[in-house]
Amino acid sequence: MISHEKITHLKQLEAESVHILREVAAEFSNPVMMYSIGKDSSVMLHLAMKAFAPGKAPFPLLHVDTKWKFHEMIEFRDQRAKKLGFDLIVHSNPRGLEMDISPFVHGSKVHTDIMKTEALKQALDAGGYDAVIGGARRDEEKSRAKERIFSFRDRNHRWDPKNQRPELWNIYNTRINRGESVRVFPLSNWTELDIWQYIYLEKIPIPSLYFAKERPVVEYEGTLISVDDDRVPEELRKKAVMKKVRFRTLGCYPLTGAIESEAETLPQIIREMLLSRSSEREGRLIDKDQEGAMEKKKVEGYF
Amino acid sequence: MRDRERESIDGDIEQYLRVHEHKDMLRFLTCGSVDDGKSTLIGRLLYDSKTIFEDQLEAAESESRKYGTTGEKIDLALLVDGLQSEREQGITIDVAYRFFSTDKRKYIIADTPGHEQYTRNMVTGASTADVAVILIDARKGILTQTRRHSYIVSLLGIKHVIVAINKMDLLDFDEEVFEKIRQDYEELATQLEILHRYFIPMSALDGDNVVGRSGRTPWYDGPSLLELLDSMDISAEQTPKNFRFPVQYVNRPHLNFRGFCGTIASGSVKVGDEITVLPSGRSTRVKSIIDAGDISEERREVYRDNAQAPMAVTITTEDEVDISRGDMIVHTHNVPRISNRLKVMIVWMDETPMQIGRDYDIKRATSVATGQIEHINYKVNINSYEREIVERLELNDIASCRLVLNRPIAADSYRQNRATGSFIIIDRISNNTVGAGMIVDVARREQDKVPAAEEREYSDAERELNAYIRKFYPEWHCKAI
Repeated sequence: MISHEKITHLKQLEAESVHILREVAAEFSNPVMMYSIGKDSSVMLHLAMKAFAPGKAPFPLLHVDTKWKFHEMIEFRDQRAKKLGFDLIVHSNPRGLEMDISPFVHGSKVHTDIMKTEALKQALDAGGYDAVIGGARRDEEKSRAKERIFSFRDRNHRWDPKNQRPELWNIYNTRINRGESVRVFPLSNWTELDIWQYIYLEKIPIPSLYFAKERPVVEYEGTLISVDDDRVPEELRKKAVMKKVRFRTLGCYPLTGAIESEAETLPQIIREMLLSRSSEREGRLIDKDQEGAMEKKKVEGYF
Repeated sequence: MRDRERESIDGDIEQYLRVHEHKDMLRFLTCGSVDDGKSTLIGRLLYDSKTIFEDQLEAAESESRKYGTTGEKIDLALLVDGLQSEREQGITIDVAYRFFSTDKRKYIIADTPGHEQYTRNMVTGASTADVAVILIDARKGILTQTRRHSYIVSLLGIKHVIVAINKMDLLDFDEEVFEKIRQDYEELATQLEILHRYFIPMSALDGDNVVGRSGRTPWYDGPSLLELLDSMDISAEQTPKNFRFPVQYVNRPHLNFRGFCGTIASGSVKVGDEITVLPSGRSTRVKSIIDAGDISEERREVYRDNAQAPMAVTITTEDEVDISRGDMIVHTHNVPRISNRLKVMIVWMDETPMQIGRDYDIKRATSVATGQIEHINYKVNINSYEREIVERLELNDIASCRLVLNRPIAADSYRQNRATGSFIIIDRISNNTVGAGMIVDVARREQDKVPAAEEREYSDAERELNAYIRKFYPEWHCKAI
């Protein structure tokens, strides 16, 4: 008789996510994995590598590049995809590039609509993907708490929160008609703490932006933002100061709030997270646009 | 987060992480309506375990002023009621999943609506839960909805039920009220298959017996809800011993490797075990096992001697046997029945009624077959538990049916194995998930009718005898009839 091994919560979450990723590979003909370079994406990449070892994951990575990401994120992206042997597809909205969309000029809503939501739809239409794997977690935001793991999208990539397919046990309905798609969230049941603990235990590489360091920052719309390049308006750049900061989430640098921190190691980050009293999305300016903001964005096709 | 925990994090984070690495996971379902204080209870658990952050609390405070129902206090329920339309209507429509954690366990709460028209949502939430928390308003006692919720919990195979008798503050924490409801519930439970029952007097609004023990219930010497959840042993129910491995994906990265990926549904397996592939019946031995969890960036081929449920593994075999997605690998000495004729319980989940004789897709574990409901044996009235004869199934109906598949599958009963005894029904035109099913019995041979034993009609005296034994001799584990 084999002695019974205790399955910890992280092992169980890992096994569930691997199950979900394999289900996608088995049931869809043209899946893709969204890669946003952040910690959740790093965990997803790691899980995808595990799920198909010793082979390679049978889907490419897709990054929607708004052209306003931290420059370090882009370097990290290219290096990770290469190291793990993933095909990487990068898409930016040509219409947005032509209009020279800038969060500083056009504001976060216009920037997000055009460079993220619209760009994502373009990339998905161009690729004709039938399954799109994303790293969203249910603990991030209230509307996400009710989203399915396999979440149906119509031809226009829209989500209908009031008419979701029942999802029972670990049996996932993967049926769709041509042109429709499913968003798949393998990290649905992970919390922020689970993600950090897993990164720590599995030694998963993440961008150094998560760790505290002296960086040039400036206050912009009530939040500290990084002066990542010289597209930051001159009058702001003049006010920039060096502060020891880090980022709890990674996105477009003008829209990502830095927090002052001393956390230089993973345990210190986890300690800070546990002791802090604000949730991680607070650092993202886009959620505050309007009440129920995320639900509206998701209905329109945002991840 | 309690102060003690805060100190331990502040003091030695590495020690804290070591403790939290060894947590296990427990999923529970909360049943009850808004009126019973269900959202308040969940809000309280999240709030007192400090899973709620300041900005979320601020948002709830501003919404309390807009939609709240608690006057001056923050409406904790607003912390958990998710979708905008729900906040406006003040009801919880869909299943929502919530998370919190203690140093013993990570918890996933399936928060489901209580009204009868949302029965399918509750069934959905119950399908993955190990434990159910059933809320009862102490002023009202056992209601029709309590009967309904208890039936669904029992149907979905949840063996542990915590009966939270709430709003005790409105009745001065009267022990007699609690005792009366406890007895009434025990009586009700004799009609169902709920092995373990626990009762807690509570005030979710004030926090009595939710996280800590209340000073207002000196007559109650049991644990608080959180203490109970932290200490429950659910391993017996979680791990049936029969090895079942539904093949999910065939991994063939190069000519020298052909692995069969899947999640071990139950039991355990080791290298060298004699295995049989179903439904083909071909046998071979396990050559190697790779647990996805052991793989790292540097080492992508890590072999282990054995593995157990619920690990996600890749198995290679000694011989070149034809194995594909949808097959089930089992131990040769422990093979389930194979048949295309099943007796099942079905929960209908679609606005369009179920039609007898129509082709549906039946997805069980990783296999999909075409199936027809050949006959509805009876529908269960989930409020009275009476059986009714019906011609078709409407939204939220629960019924015993005969299911015929276009090809045989290896199947266990849901009672024996939740993972291999469950399936979903997919409409082939709309692609919607229109039903959920649980296998009750499997015909011995393809041509056979499903055994009729469970169809036996019992007399009232026999039913009473059964209820008596189940009530007073729970250690006999007597089956409900």
